[in-house]
Amino acid sequence: MAKYIAKRISLMVVTFFVIMTICFVLVRLLPNQVPEGQGDYATAVKEMRAAWGYDKPIMVQYGIFLKNVFTKWDWGFCTTVGPYLQPVTDYIGSKLPVSMILNVYSILFSVPVGIAFGIFAALKKNKWQDHVISVLVMLFISVPSYVYAFIVQYYLGFKLGWFPIVLNSGTNWFTTSMFKSMVLPILALSFGVIASLMRMTRAELTETLTSEYMLLARTKGLTRAQATMRHALRNSMVPVFPMIISEFIGIISGSLIIEAIFAIPGIGSVFVNSIYARDYSLFMAIGMFYTIVGLAGGIIIDLSYGFIDPRIRMGGGKNNESN
Amino acid sequence: MKATDITDIPKEKFVLVQHDQVMHDEKLKTKPIGYLKDAIMRFSRNKGSVVAAYIIAALMLFAILVPFFSTYSTTFKDGYYSYALPKSKILSKYGIMTGISEYTYNQQSFDYYNSMPGAIVEVLDSYEVEDSGRTNTYYDVRVDSYKKVGYVYKNVTPEEYDAILQYQEETGIQILYPMIDTKKIKVESYKTDANYWYEHNMKGAAEYDKNGEYQDIFLKDDTTEDGYAYYTAKMGGAQYQVRVLYYEYFRYVNGKEPCFLFGADGYGQDILVRLASGARLSFLLGISVATINFILGTIYGAIEGYYGGTLDLTMERIIDILAGIPFLIVVTLFQMYLVRKVGPVVSLLFAFISTGWIGTAGRVRAQFYRYKGQEYVLAARTLGAKDRRLIFRHILPNALGTIITGSVLMIPGVIFSESTLAYLGIVDLQTSKLTSIGTLLSNGRSSLSTFPHVIFFPALFISLLMISFNLFGNGLRDAFNPSLRGAEE
Repeated sequence: MAKYIAKRISLMVVTFFVIMTICFVLVRLLPNQVPEGQGDYATAVKEMRAAWGYDKPIMVQYGIFLKNVFTKWDWGFCTTVGPYLQPVTDYIGSKLPVSMILNVYSILFSVPVGIAFGIFAALKKNKWQDHVISVLVMLFISVPSYVYAFIVQYYLGFKLGWFPIVLNSGTNWFTTSMFKSMVLPILALSFGVIASLMRMTRAELTETLTSEYMLLARTKGLTRAQATMRHALRNSMVPVFPMIISEFIGIISGSLIIEAIFAIPGIGSVFVNSIYARDYSLFMAIGMFYTIVGLAGGIIIDLSYGFIDPRIRMGGGKNNESN
Repeated sequence: MKATDITDIPKEKFVLVQHDQVMHDEKLKTKPIGYLKDAIMRFSRNKGSVVAAYIIAALMLFAILVPFFSTYSTTFKDGYYSYALPKSKILSKYGIMTGISEYTYNQQSFDYYNSMPGAIVEVLDSYEVEDSGRTNTYYDVRVDSYKKVGYVYKNVTPEEYDAILQYQEETGIQILYPMIDTKKIKVESYKTDANYWYEHNMKGAAEYDKNGEYQDIFLKDDTTEDGYAYYTAKMGGAQYQVRVLYYEYFRYVNGKEPCFLFGADGYGQDILVRLASGARLSFLLGISVATINFILGTIYGAIEGYYGGTLDLTMERIIDILAGIPFLIVVTLFQMYLVRKVGPVVSLLFAFISTGWIGTAGRVRAQFYRYKGQEYVLAARTLGAKDRRLIFRHILPNALGTIITGSVLMIPGVIFSESTLAYLGIVDLQTSKLTSIGTLLSNGRSSLSTFPHVIFFPALFISLLMISFNLFGNGLRDAFNPSLRGAEE
């Protein structure tokens, strides 16, 4: 197991470096990297440009970049987005919390709801409740999340006036009025997750409910509820759990479009702004952040299968033995 | 009597059944059912998927045909009708899509719109509200969004002016209305507005005469029949400034009454034709991406899966790297490098192709690993089949079902990603006079609370498309899966 994990991680590091090199070269070759500073900033910008080697060959620039990243954890400085000439890591760090808070709320809301409805649908299989839920799942999975965002924004936010249309400004994340303004983005983020969790739970549970160990459990005297909770549900969670984990990994990435619609100053909107305003260091740093989250997420999800279901031996050979 | 008791049967009674002909197997009376036919049969039994397929076909037809038959062109733009509401001539008889909406006006706005012919369709209620010691009158009214433009000033040449006069005589429709004596307009900012043709106070509310009628402040001219001036000459008589009732003027210029089935957006463009041409672009992009990825992914996956070994390992690492780059970075880099050379759509196409084939390649590779060791492949190889024949004739057809399903489902995925990117503004289609569903959505965004119809139709279109494609894809997947044969009741 440890050997397998080590192998996966070393492969990931290699992949990450290749991606970083490609991205760095492609981004740095674009014209007009750091615009000339105005007034008092002119000398500061000049010094920054010299320190980061903007006038040197591309591979020397990459060397300076790598040195700064690994010795000082310095990924460059903001130019057109964020505080002028400040390190991008500080700026990104200040934008992460709101994305994460929103996504944590959304998961806390959608996981129990999704699993509960999935169980309900599985227990009522082929009855009208199941059909209603299936149709709803189909709708919610297919309709793009920005369409829900428009619907909740228009009806709950504008017509009924229950919640603010966009997120409150300021950084007091844990006040009641801030939470109230977060309700609409949380809803918009949750519908899709609820639907996919519901669909998966239903599919897995209907399969385990008809399995032979369920018959055995009922035969030895367990009630239907006991057998479902202790045997069927636990087994049906095997593929559902990695999905929840992948949702959890997604929380730090934020959602680009939901953040744009509800004017959330999170990491997604900073990324989009850095593309608009051509702030290349910021673009590079957030891009690499997304890359590492994606790569590490893949490994964690793969490994979680092994932890959740002991029958799956990670990295096992042909004979499914642990090595 | 036993059979053995009969002993003396004459020899000539025996005739050979098959004396001088070759015996054949009897031909099967039923028609053979191939893989494809079986798939089609099972697909057509899935009612939901069939309906979804028809909806997709209808949406495609909508995208292809509407720009040809639409009464407005994609470049049509009329700023006076920005945010005009959806109106259908047929449906408005039944009270839907009438282009009429409800407003609450104060006295000044009420007078303003009431002075235009047909703008206020119905006064629902009027009431007085006490506010800081003053009584204000409010009106709940139903307003025709096409007629609330009212009068506008237009500059025409003397020839055009005569043509309008002739048109007025022929049809009996009045387009030209008397000019306003701007000296009598009390507020400076109202002077460019052609709608203040009545006596008003400093706040713009009308000053009625004894009968409760508007009192006009038209410009006098003794040379005309009714004593009003119908134009003021500008640029030494080369241009006439005239005051027209815009609804009728529009009909005169365009040969039809203004009527937008899906309403108009903020620039006064017809949403129907914009949606159709946007959908056309989206479909075109989706289908070309799916086709190219189908070909690329199949070839790549087949080579990987068939040859295996070191080649497979190397090719998988390339996939790992490509799949590890976040899609947004790919799109952005392609946009930054290529957009000036080949335009936004082609660079978007390249971005979708550069990583899109990975899924297909993975599926094909898995199928090759499954089938390449089977006996029939060995048999074919023993009989001398070349690698290429083995790949494309013997192994690939087994994987075709899953690949086709995956490729079909790629179309809505591409359309969805494109709409997201255009919405976020990362892909800018507007500067190159193109439109897509995402562009329409982002245009409608700013007016979501006041004019939801701008965003409603594109959102409805893309939702319907996504639902249908998902249902259709589910049906295809089941149909192409032979292991499910007979499993459905």
